[in-house]
Amino acid sequence: MSTDTDDWRGVATDDDEDLTPAAGLRLQRRARSLVVDLVRPHRRAVSLAVLLLVLDNAVMLAGPLLVALAIDTGVPAALDGRPAPLAWTIAGYAACGLAGAGLRAAFLVLSGRVGQDLLLELRRRVFAHGQRLSLDFHESYTSGRLISRLTSDLDSLGDLLEQGLDGLLGAALSLVGISVLLVVLDAPLALIVFAGFVPLMVLTRWFQRSSRASYRRTRTTVARLIVHFVESMNGIRAVQAFRRERRSEAIMDELGTAFRDANVEAFRTVAWYVGLTRAVGNLTLATVLLVGGLRVVDGTLALGALTAFLLYLRRFYDPLDDLAQFFNAYQSAAAALEKISSVLDTPPGVAEPRRPVALPAPVRGELEFDRVRFAYRRAPDRLVLPELSLRVPAGQTVALVGATGAGKSSLAKLAARFHDPTAGTVRLDGVDLRDVADADLRDALVMITQESFLFSGSVADNIAMGRPSAGRDEVVAAAGAVGARGFVEALPDGFDTDVRKRGGRLSAGQRQLVSLARVVLADPAVVLLDEATSSLDVPSERAVQDALATVLAGRTALIIAHRLSTVLIADRVLVMADGVIVQDGPPRELVEGDGEFAALHAAWRASLA
Amino acid sequence: MSDATPPGPADGTLSALRRLLPYVRPHRVPLVGGGLAALAATLAGLAVPLVTREIVDGPIARGDLGVLPWLVLGVLGLGLAEAALITLRRALVARPSNQVESDMRADLFAHLQRLPVAFHDRWASGQLLSRATADLTTIRWFVAFSGTFLVVNAVTVVVGIGVLVWLSPWLGLVVAVTAVPLTVLTLLLERRYSVVARRAQDQQGDLATVVEESALGIRVLKSLGRGRRLTEHFVARSRGLRGTELAKLRLVAALWFVLVMLPETAVATILGLGAYGVATGSLTLGTLVAAVTVMTYLYWPIATLGWLLAEASNAATATTRYWEVRDVRPAVTDPDVAVALPEPVRGALELRGVSFRYPGAARDVLHGVDLVVRPGETMALVGATGSGKTTLTALVPRLQDVTAGAVTVDGLDVRDLALSDLRRTVATAFEDPVLISASVRENVALGAPTRPDAAPNDEDVWEALRISRADGFVAALPWGLDTRIGEQGMSLSGGQRQRLALARAVFGRPPVLVLDDPLSALDVHTEAEVEAALRQVLTGVTALVVAHRSSTVQLADRVALLSGGRITAVGVHGELMATHPEYRALLASLDVERDGVPT
Repeated sequence: MSTDTDDWRGVATDDDEDLTPAAGLRLQRRARSLVVDLVRPHRRAVSLAVLLLVLDNAVMLAGPLLVALAIDTGVPAALDGRPAPLAWTIAGYAACGLAGAGLRAAFLVLSGRVGQDLLLELRRRVFAHGQRLSLDFHESYTSGRLISRLTSDLDSLGDLLEQGLDGLLGAALSLVGISVLLVVLDAPLALIVFAGFVPLMVLTRWFQRSSRASYRRTRTTVARLIVHFVESMNGIRAVQAFRRERRSEAIMDELGTAFRDANVEAFRTVAWYVGLTRAVGNLTLATVLLVGGLRVVDGTLALGALTAFLLYLRRFYDPLDDLAQFFNAYQSAAAALEKISSVLDTPPGVAEPRRPVALPAPVRGELEFDRVRFAYRRAPDRLVLPELSLRVPAGQTVALVGATGAGKSSLAKLAARFHDPTAGTVRLDGVDLRDVADADLRDALVMITQESFLFSGSVADNIAMGRPSAGRDEVVAAAGAVGARGFVEALPDGFDTDVRKRGGRLSAGQRQLVSLARVVLADPAVVLLDEATSSLDVPSERAVQDALATVLAGRTALIIAHRLSTVLIADRVLVMADGVIVQDGPPRELVEGDGEFAALHAAWRASLA
Repeated sequence: MSDATPPGPADGTLSALRRLLPYVRPHRVPLVGGGLAALAATLAGLAVPLVTREIVDGPIARGDLGVLPWLVLGVLGLGLAEAALITLRRALVARPSNQVESDMRADLFAHLQRLPVAFHDRWASGQLLSRATADLTTIRWFVAFSGTFLVVNAVTVVVGIGVLVWLSPWLGLVVAVTAVPLTVLTLLLERRYSVVARRAQDQQGDLATVVEESALGIRVLKSLGRGRRLTEHFVARSRGLRGTELAKLRLVAALWFVLVMLPETAVATILGLGAYGVATGSLTLGTLVAAVTVMTYLYWPIATLGWLLAEASNAATATTRYWEVRDVRPAVTDPDVAVALPEPVRGALELRGVSFRYPGAARDVLHGVDLVVRPGETMALVGATGSGKTTLTALVPRLQDVTAGAVTVDGLDVRDLALSDLRRTVATAFEDPVLISASVRENVALGAPTRPDAAPNDEDVWEALRISRADGFVAALPWGLDTRIGEQGMSLSGGQRQRLALARAVFGRPPVLVLDDPLSALDVHTEAEVEAALRQVLTGVTALVVAHRSSTVQLADRVALLSGGRITAVGVHGELMATHPEYRALLASLDVERDGVPT
């Protein structure tokens, strides 16, 4: 890769994609055990497929024999006026052809089904696991890489399953069968053939090693290419407004060239492997011909045996091409599988409890932080929360105030169990969050982040994310509660209007209303709100805040407040600085005092003048 | 949700594949060479057993040792030639096939970047991504292998049938008769296959969309605990894809059945008829043996035709999907004859009777907007949520084009200017500051030229950072301007991102700025920082700033109120607050009102 490519990417700490040999081995082992695990449930289908293939091969081998029989015995008999043997052999041949075609078709369907089932299972696992992994993982692994795991990496596995099983099994079967036949025919000549295996093995080993390296490279480069593609498409406004098209194309060119070069190298490796294998095969053939010929002349070998030997030898090396094809697909898939298995092997930072404890029903919503210490996994030395204890009684609305980096979001994320505390305990209604099943926790507690991400689908679909079982009237009511009903009904198809990519049809303010409606529908006992700021005009915001007041009534709420008006509807304000609560009390009291909050309040007022 | 048009009346695989020609043609020499090498390798491979038989029947049977080594050397030569030809063929196609893929991807990418925002809003990016990856991989394999062998095998089969006819017209007739149902059935199956193949590729694109949303929307999914549900949705769709793949498989199996069974029937018939001919003396035994041998040589080329046709069908579908996007004409293009802006640009911005309607929508979002922003003036744009403010800002740099009326800069219609001139003159910052995973320098100098001699000057980058008050935190980053930010790098706070977006807007000193509320998505603390930055950014340029709060409005010289798709009032903030009830309702500060302090 040219230095230019690295320049624009800038410098970051986690760039090291090069593998140490030990890490490479570990990756291979992990990928292999994943395969074993995936195939196990399909053992019977795989055995059946092998059986079909064996039968197919047997029938295929029988064909030429029957032709020989027809010509050698059938035709002379027919000339003698006995047509029966000829008719029987021809009928036999036709039957073999039919059976062979049927067996082959059955094998294709069966092995294809197994392959598709494996792929489906793997898709499910990676996707589900990705959803289980903590935010920590997602933030460092990044969406682009996860997307390439689930798209192009899985595609290359699909390619392997499509052509691989057939190639591998077919080649292996005829290799074994013909080896046995050769030994039976003539052991010394068979030895010559087996001597050819030595260079063959060396070649295969070389091929495996070098193609693995180039396929790893293709997987890495294609992932980069996907990241660039996805980011450019999602940021198309900025790309066009800032005339980045050309620059961005130049980058795509470089990434494309790197990907192309990695692929060309892989292609060339295969070219050499296939060619050299064939050369070894033909060299063996010539040697057998020479030695065998001399022995026939000596009288130590029957002419028929030599003929058969040569025919089978040709058949022996033919499937090796399939094998190369298989190896090719295999290497590409193996590189993909290594990357996939490393995602699957990442333990979820926030694990489901083995024995979940049920929350009291109904959930009251009392939150308690008991001597909680917390540091992000990426920076374990920097304690974001040095030691924090806090009790929020059920039904209380708490506003968190403080500068960026004061620890407000960390506190909220701990309450939402996006992370687990480094030490200490967070409890909901007296139950340690680590003991609560995820589904129960999410029913009891909802966090609304600043970004209002909309998924493709209708407005109603997006609101129903809050509670998928909700009926249309409930969705409409939830929209009404946050004052979104008016604008939604004005859309061309009302609640059924497609929001388009990332909600592109709606304005930023409207997207916020939709994400608030989700919470109303979810109806949790605890609401954690990272208050989205001023995308709304004042009247809509007033409507939202009125709605918020209604929604928060009777629920416990922890709000990261950006606006004075929000702070003022809270029962209690916590002012945070450097991970410590420096002030705690009802808003009026704090305003009238002379602490940090009073100063903040004054600044706020000034900004509104 | 796929926006792909449904497969039209079967266009035919061939006409779809023809559209690969512009990309394949430049590589015709190595590709044809590869095909010839494949043919030669096949011939050499066929010759080996023939020579071997000569040796066995001749010198060995006769015990003539003198010629044996020479003939063995001949076999060896042919064998090595075959091996060399195989290597040559693969080496020849390695570069062209990958080059076709990478050229097609580069062109697709360049084209997509030029399509208007409206297109991108409509197309799920997973569908675009699957075209740029999975579909192009299919095409690469077709160019590298299946395309060549489709031709080589077809030639082999035709030659083989010719030989059969030459050997015995009757036996040739048998093969020709079998060829009719074979061709009909194959074409029938292939047609059905191409429909299913199209469905599979579309489903793959939809799946990619779900994947993308699951990764990008992970915070929302976690917050609401909907990961499991989305997984179910994903699995249901994957199951749909599996169903389609199995349907494809059944068709391939049927194709295989036909392609194996019918030739075998032909061989059996030839055997029967041939034997009858031999018995009645109209055919020699040697001819019969030769005919059967030829048929066995044809066995593999015919049998693999099914697989090759399926591959061709996949490639045709991929090509069609590719061109579906490539054929979309960019709606926003350079004028035929570009008018040059006067130097220096004064920066007078005017909207005259501007209307805008989204394609397919029933009514205008903007209807007859008139607005004049004088050179050097900062104009705030205020309006209710969803009133079309963001839409209006997109019209100035031509991210969208007006449906009626005109936007002018220094009196010139923006549609008469070269796009690059216009966008150099008008810089835009969006509500959501999009950062790319690249260095700070790259993020600020987004559109700077790529050539090393004209690479963005660090001084200019720092200057832009200074104006937007981002120099402080950038200097504190571990690698300064080289630090990678964005999703794959250091994460920045909302205020930092917003200031970088401002730095991006002022980089290169554009005379006109269009800012979509740069103060939204900020908390009070950072708002003050960005506001100070903004004040500095706005001096000496013409600016149109979308505003939601009075603090932003106060940075402007005048304010325009957008309501019901038109500008209903223009004036100074204090004046409008006093005289315009709608304006007052929009901007009367919520906080102050609740606090009981009169405005």
